[in-house]
Amino acid sequence: MEGIGRLECARYPFLANAGEYIADKGFTIEAFGTDPDLVPFIELAMRRIEAAASGLVYSSGLDAGDASEQSVDREVFSFVVATVLLRAAGARSLVRRFALSESRRAERFLERSLARESRERDMPARLLEGLFSVRVRRADYGYGVPVASYVRRSVNFHEREWKLVNRDVHAGLVRLTAHQVVRLVRQELADHIAERIRQSPTPPTLPNFEPHVARIRGLSESLEPKYAEVTGEHPPCVKHAMAVLERGENLPHSGRFMLATFLLGRGWDVGRIAPLFKGAPDYNEKTTLYQLNNISGAGGGTRYSCPLCDKLESQGLCHRTAECEGIISPMQFGRRREA
Amino acid sequence: MSGDDEALLRGAIKEYYIESREHVVVPDQIASREFGYQKLGYDGMIRHQSLPDEGALRVLLSREAPTDVYCSNARYLFPSMPMKEKEWQGADLIFDIDAKDLDMPCREGHSVAVCSECSRVSPAGGPCAACSSSKVSLRSLPCQKCIKAAHDETEKLKSILCGDLGVDPASITVYFSGNEGYHTHVRAADLDGLGSRERRELADYVMFRGAVAEAYGVPRQGAKRRDLPARGERGWRGRLAAGLGAEALKKAAAGGRDRYQGALEAASAAVGARIDPQVTGDIHRIFRMPGSLNGKSGLSKVRAGPSPAGIYAESCLLADRPVEVLAECPHRFSVGRRRSLGPYSRERATVPLYAAVYMVCKGVATAAAGAGGQGVN
Repeated sequence: MEGIGRLECARYPFLANAGEYIADKGFTIEAFGTDPDLVPFIELAMRRIEAAASGLVYSSGLDAGDASEQSVDREVFSFVVATVLLRAAGARSLVRRFALSESRRAERFLERSLARESRERDMPARLLEGLFSVRVRRADYGYGVPVASYVRRSVNFHEREWKLVNRDVHAGLVRLTAHQVVRLVRQELADHIAERIRQSPTPPTLPNFEPHVARIRGLSESLEPKYAEVTGEHPPCVKHAMAVLERGENLPHSGRFMLATFLLGRGWDVGRIAPLFKGAPDYNEKTTLYQLNNISGAGGGTRYSCPLCDKLESQGLCHRTAECEGIISPMQFGRRREA
Repeated sequence: MSGDDEALLRGAIKEYYIESREHVVVPDQIASREFGYQKLGYDGMIRHQSLPDEGALRVLLSREAPTDVYCSNARYLFPSMPMKEKEWQGADLIFDIDAKDLDMPCREGHSVAVCSECSRVSPAGGPCAACSSSKVSLRSLPCQKCIKAAHDETEKLKSILCGDLGVDPASITVYFSGNEGYHTHVRAADLDGLGSRERRELADYVMFRGAVAEAYGVPRQGAKRRDLPARGERGWRGRLAAGLGAEALKKAAAGGRDRYQGALEAASAAVGARIDPQVTGDIHRIFRMPGSLNGKSGLSKVRAGPSPAGIYAESCLLADRPVEVLAECPHRFSVGRRRSLGPYSRERATVPLYAAVYMVCKGVATAAAGAGGQGVN
């Protein structure tokens, strides 16, 4: 983005100019990796990473309003060094966490700027449009985001309050508060940061970095999610589909597809699934086996996966219960992350 | 379908596509669209066809005499390749409203049951009157109440699209499907690139599906209650208050959050536009081509006017020379310019060609021998 000032660089160090900022100050990555005087910046970088690993958002003097040159330097240097360390460690899980944590940090600044009645307000709007093509319009009620821009993002949210039907929508704009506007782009900000890290070249092995890289690898491994199947129970949508077939009633094609893909995903084979469809009023063994084999990818074709909950909801196949809280796919039902 | 039926339909379809060229709406960016069609004597759909220009389309229509012609709402770089290789470029936003989904009480009264075993026709609602088989398929005959209900739903949809979603009315084109519904096509640059999930979200919006009590004034326990929807408010709050009544909403809210949530969920059928969400969410669909004949009726998919009153006549574009059929239909019905046809109890009748095609498509008549030989071959 063009025209990013010094303070913006500190608040949003993931913008391309952060690298230039370091160069302008006469530093290189190699210098951070070898110069003992620059070790404090590596320690700050580690604090950023450790905050992210703990699910926290890093705070510094900048949050309290310290806009001095030293404060800005600390912000930009520590961010850039953190991304270098993460890249060197190849820590995928931690990169995602770091990106999310940093995006939430950026949100704070964005939200504050949006809420202010000053020229500062222009920056977040420019950032949103420049990075994500979201044209935010300021109005007396707050902010208006075009419907298409809104739904492109809101469909990724699982909380039902983000459904378009639960928003005030008028003349093509979705009315949002400053907080909601920045929340809308959180994941994109995180993706943008993560992508920047992934695309940066792997740095050379440098003495100041080595112990930290090893520590980051350890942290990252401890964050790899481990799932355990705690129940063998099927989700309510699947139970409902089975009950419909058992009663000899018609299950729409989309429901049959969901049932088959779910059970295939749970490890059932075609021979075990096919008899379930015997109750269908139009049951034909040959057709059923053909369809199941097709869905299962037998013979090298595409193996279809179970539709996500939001699609099933649109198809009228969702029979959500309290136990479905927090899942986005029937495949996740009954599975819990191990502590 | 008998050989005589096929000959009748083939002749009428071919004649339509040769003689009534002006009715066919050639899709814009035709070379980027996928076409599909169904033809007599061939089970299933012929898909993944691409046509370079209008000439190729006209040749296909007159050569193949398809009963149904479909064109993708999407544009592709390689429309004739398998789906994964087509390279999707964007798609018109479409909505399908069909009278059969509107739970109209009149429906049984203008529907017939065509037996899959013996092809005899009985009143809807029971097994075949001739052989008692329960394998019957229901066919609906024209009904002004049904088509008006579908038209009203379309108007409701348009109002939501324009008022809430900011769609420019000039970018909306509404067509009568040629059977008993309306197709709404939206051509808007900002919506063109939306994927399937986003389109399903728009479908949920126009249908008023997925509303939560918190967003409509009744929060979970402990939170501060906001104002309930009131008449005159814009968007869904105003429509909800107008549709259910402010008093009914107040009563439901007084019953607690769960009761209010139940009322919102039930409200979808009453206040939402009753579209088929599957159609809107499908970005790879091939959709009946405007100006083409509908194989379920022989009527054309034509641009809809402001009133549904004359739509059956306006969409009836086949010739009207007399044709003899063997008809069986327990109901009186009208099609095209013929206000009154039937009832028929398995009898010979001479009707205009358009009515004969309609009746054969609906399964309530078969062509008399030689009836198909009079059209263009």
